[in-house]
Parts: sequence; C-alpha cells; structure tokens
Amino acid sequence: MHIVEVEKLNHLFKTLQSKGYTTIGPKVRDGAIGLDALQSAADLPQHYTDEQAPGSYTLHKNGHKAFFNFVVGPQSWKKFLYEPRTRLFSARKNGKSFEVIPDKNGEGKRYAFIGVRPCELQAIAIHDKVFHTGEYVDDRYQKIRDNIFLVAINCTNPGGNCFCVSVKSGPAATQGYDLVLTEVATDEKHHFLIESGSPAGEEILRDMPHRDATQDEIDCAKRMLDSAAKNMGKSLDVSNIGQKLNDNFEHAHWDDVAKRCLSCTNCTMVCPTCFCSTVEDVTDLTGEHAERWRRWDSCFTSDFTKIAGGNTRMSTRTRYRQWLMHKFAHWQEQFGTLGCVGCGRCITWCPAGIDITREAARITDTGVPITTLEG
Amino acid sequence: MSEGNLQTVATDAMIPHPVTVRKVIWENDDTFTLTLDVNGVPDGFSFLPGQFNMLYVYGVGEAAISISSDPTKKATLEHTIHRVGTITTALSNKKRGDVIGIRGPFGSSWPLDVAQGKDVCIVTGGIGLAPLRPVIYSLLKQREEYGRIIILYGGRSPLDLLYRVELERWEDEKNVEVLVTVDRGDSSWKGHIGVVTSLFSYIKLDTQNTVAYVCGPEIMMKYTIDELERRGLGPDQVFLSMERNMKCAVGFCGHCQYGPTFICKDGPVFPLPRIRSLFDRKEL
Repeated sequence: MHIVEVEKLNHLFKTLQSKGYTTIGPKVRDGAIGLDALQSAADLPQHYTDEQAPGSYTLHKNGHKAFFNFVVGPQSWKKFLYEPRTRLFSARKNGKSFEVIPDKNGEGKRYAFIGVRPCELQAIAIHDKVFHTGEYVDDRYQKIRDNIFLVAINCTNPGGNCFCVSVKSGPAATQGYDLVLTEVATDEKHHFLIESGSPAGEEILRDMPHRDATQDEIDCAKRMLDSAAKNMGKSLDVSNIGQKLNDNFEHAHWDDVAKRCLSCTNCTMVCPTCFCSTVEDVTDLTGEHAERWRRWDSCFTSDFTKIAGGNTRMSTRTRYRQWLMHKFAHWQEQFGTLGCVGCGRCITWCPAGIDITREAARITDTGVPITTLEG
Repeated sequence: MSEGNLQTVATDAMIPHPVTVRKVIWENDDTFTLTLDVNGVPDGFSFLPGQFNMLYVYGVGEAAISISSDPTKKATLEHTIHRVGTITTALSNKKRGDVIGIRGPFGSSWPLDVAQGKDVCIVTGGIGLAPLRPVIYSLLKQREEYGRIIILYGGRSPLDLLYRVELERWEDEKNVEVLVTVDRGDSSWKGHIGVVTSLFSYIKLDTQNTVAYVCGPEIMMKYTIDELERRGLGPDQVFLSMERNMKCAVGFCGHCQYGPTFICKDGPVFPLPRIRSLFDRKEL
C-alpha cells in the first residue's frame, strides 16, 4: 500500500499519457458527472458532490476539496467498451454482387479509465462474460478491452441509490483493476492510497512519485470504507432471489410497476450491464454503398420481440418483468453472476422514480423495508 | 485488402459472406426455397440438421432462416423461406445469379445419435417442416440405423403444403409413414382435415422406443407435447425447435432470450426438459 499526495495526482495522467493511453474519467457535463477524455487532474470534478434519489439527480459545487466526492453519473464505461453505435461492416456494390469490408472499430484505441467505481469494475467483468470469454467473442469489444488500463476509485461516500454491498460489488474494489485509489480528504490531509492489481499497474506506479503508506494511513482508509459499507442508500436481499422471482412470475405487483413504468428505456440505457443491441442497415442515395450498424437497444421497446408469428412481450408488465428477471434470475443461469451491480443508476434516472430494490423486494415478498440515508 | 483484414473476415461471426443464388423454387404462394452456392465460403460450409443461417440482403437487412437441405451436400445450401416481412420479401425478389450474404451456421441441432436404433416421430406444422427436412434426409441416408420413421405434418390448406413431391417420395420409402392434414381442404383434397395432433389417432407409437422431433407454431408444439406425454413418451425423448427475434445469432443482442436461454446459441433445438417449465409461461 502506497501514498500519492494530492498534488502528485496529475503524474498519473502524465504517466498514462506517456504510455500512449487516452485518459478518460469523470467530468462535469450538462449538470451531471459524465465520462470524457481528460487532459489532466485539473479536469476532474473537484469540489463537486452529487445527490441522488429515485428519479432525482442534483450536482452541487460545495467547495469540498475531494476530487471524487460523488458516485456514478448517467454514463458508464460501456459507452467506450461497447459503443452506443458501432459500424459492423461496409459493403460496396459490385455488379450483381457486393464486397463486404469489415470495420476497423476498436483498432488503435488505448483507453485508461480513471475513476472506475468498484460496482463498475463488476459491470465490466460481467460484460467480459457476455462479449469476451464466452462461446463467441465480440471482435470490437475485444480490441478495446484488451488495451484498457483501469484505475479504480474506492467509494467512501455512497449515494442515495447505491446498494453495492447487497450485491457484493463494493464499496471497495477487490479485483479487476490495474491500480486502485482511495481518496482521503480530511481537514488535515489530502492524499490517495494507491495499490496495484496487475503488472501493468505496478509499472505505472513505479513511474509515479509515491511513498509507502503508514499503518495509520491504511487503517484510516479502511475505516472510511467500512463506514461506507454501512451507509448504503438502498439495500436488497438477493439470497435465492432467482428462485423467488421464478416463483412469483405472476405476482400482482408486476401490474403495479407496469402502471408507473413509461417503457422509456432509460433504465436500460444507463445500466452498466445491459447489453442488448439491434442493427440498422443503411445505403447511400446511389445504393452503391451500404453499411450495417449496431446500436444499443432495450427490452422495453415494442418491437424487441417481434417476429413474423407475432410479438412475444405485448405489455409493459411483461417487459419490465423480463428486465428485472434477467438481472436477478436469468443472468445467473446464463453467466453465473447477478446482472445487477447495485450502482443505482436505473433508480436515479427513471423519470417515474421506480426503484428496482423496492420492486424486487415486493415481488419476492421478502418484506425488506426500504432503507434510505435520510429516512 | 490486407491479410489482417482477411483474418478478421474468417473469425468474425458478425460479417456475412457473399454467396450466389443458384435456384429459386416457389413452394406455394408465399413460401420459396433458395438454393445457394456456398463453394466460395472460406473453409467450406458444413452444418448439422436444425441449425440456421443469417441471410443478408445488401442494404436491406438480415433474417434468421433454418437450413433445409441435405447436410451431406457441401456445395449448395437450401433455405425455405416464408415471405412475411421486409427482408424475406427482399429475399423473395432474388433471382438465379443474384448474390446475398450469409453467416452461420448457428445454434444447436437435432440430436440424431439419441435416435439410433429407435423409431423417429417427426411432428411439424407449416414452415416447421423446413428445419426438419435435413433430419429426414439424414435418417433416410442411413436407413438401417433407425426404426420406423413417422412424419406427421399439418398445413393450412393443400396448396400451402411444402415439398409435396418429396412427401410422396418419402412415403414410398421402406418403413416410413407420412400423414398429412390440413386446416381447410379443397375440392381435390382427400386427406385428413384438422390439427396435426389429430393424426396421432392414426398411428401407434412404440412409446418406450421412440424419439420425437417437433417444430411448428408454439401452440401446435404445446398440444403436441401434451399428446406425446399423454401417450407416454418421456421428456428425454422429445426435442423441439424454437423461434424468437434475432439480430446477432451469437448471444450478444439479447433479443432471442427465452427465460434463461438464448434461442440462438442454446437453441433453436432444445431437449424438452430444458424448456418444459418455460412453455406454459405467457409472454416470457
């Protein structure tokens, strides 16, 4: 365990950039914390804090000196690893035939993600199972994924919709990072505890000014993380949740959610693990050139399950049920893990304030009361 | 094109290969069979009965279509296609010499090994006969390996029936029974009228020694399963092929999810026990 003083934080950016990485991290954008290319530590949202509740997100500049005193915003790292729109191939007409030209998407991209929350590391690990380590490998995902450098930031101040503890993804990162930081910003001190999780991380750390952490400093960070774990905005009992959901496939509460759900797809767009996509085929005006694009799709759209013989999921009730059951039941059978990382984005960005922890608890009849920070 | 690009083509399941249409046969008013020349596909093309391909029409889009030809014929592939939407209509406009895109084969297959030494009962409705035709070819090619072959086939009307010439030819094969029924007859029809499950009353199944392959509309498969179970076939003896919306065919796009399964890579052919509990779940 080592210490990087706050004024040396920019060395992380410089070192990564000198190795050819595009440094990406949280940045204030449209009144929220977005994810964008950052030139230096000065681009980080220092002094900002977010406040999240069901259907509500507010960003304050409150003068707090911390660089990472907020949790996840509407964007997740999937926008870089699994881009919202990707051209799969181009095709050129050639008499009666055509020639297919695969796209070079992903080639040459070398991203360093700075400020990845533990829940988001889990989300990346989950997408790895979908796109990278299964029966089929997504060529585009692989090209980008194989060249990323992950700098995680542990969460010492969870948000109002966070429940990573319930799904065991946080608040401290345990694996899947190259470097992990814990920011300690108190009246007396401001520094980062830093630890490498890979040979690549070790190499970057070596090139940065740092010193060994004292036992007191290590203990202090640990206390902050222990306290964070007790301070989750939300909670959900996920024990045996797959079976419980399957047992409640026709539960009346699905109708209750359906009355509130607008089928707007926000939850699936902000979700860091949702991976559904559709394709669009386009041609230019002459018809000499065609392209096929993949873009994010959502199981809440009306034609998602449409086939010649009809539409499988006709109602918001069944679409919401598919989404929630996929996260907590089917995902386990498909990929051996829950599909939810407890980031709370779907709760925050739902215009109707639908709370996945509350709905899942009602449907599984666990009777778990809803816990909130402020009651 | 650089060598690197060529390698990408060979390994990327999302990229279609151009193939030439050799023949178009109209089976009925809205269903046609495309014969494709797959000689040019890198590393050749081989498939197992029950698998499907994604067929691409330049600039229009892709549709998942079962392969309906003889798996031992490597140079050409056949797909029997129901013209219902934009892409299948575009496919229906293709003529001999035109080029379409193909990627595949994808998905699971009808397990012929479990039928070795046993009777085979094929129950199918409408276009569902298409993904079972490769099975019939395979069974007939190694006729001595299997017992009786019973084909129960239901269509909307006599004119809607697929592969009519072949149906008669199969019936002439030794130890093969072909029973066909239609929802509505016409003046020339002298055969059965009614749902496909009504044909069960005309056959006697050696229930302990029969494997059933079922493909058709879901409601037809549901009643067929009920009938097979009622007659004493164990769930392990029954296999069925499912259909869902598909965009990628490799488990990335999420569209074809059926409970915990992906129809594209876990299916389309499933042993009944794998999906039995899902079958009664509406709008799953």
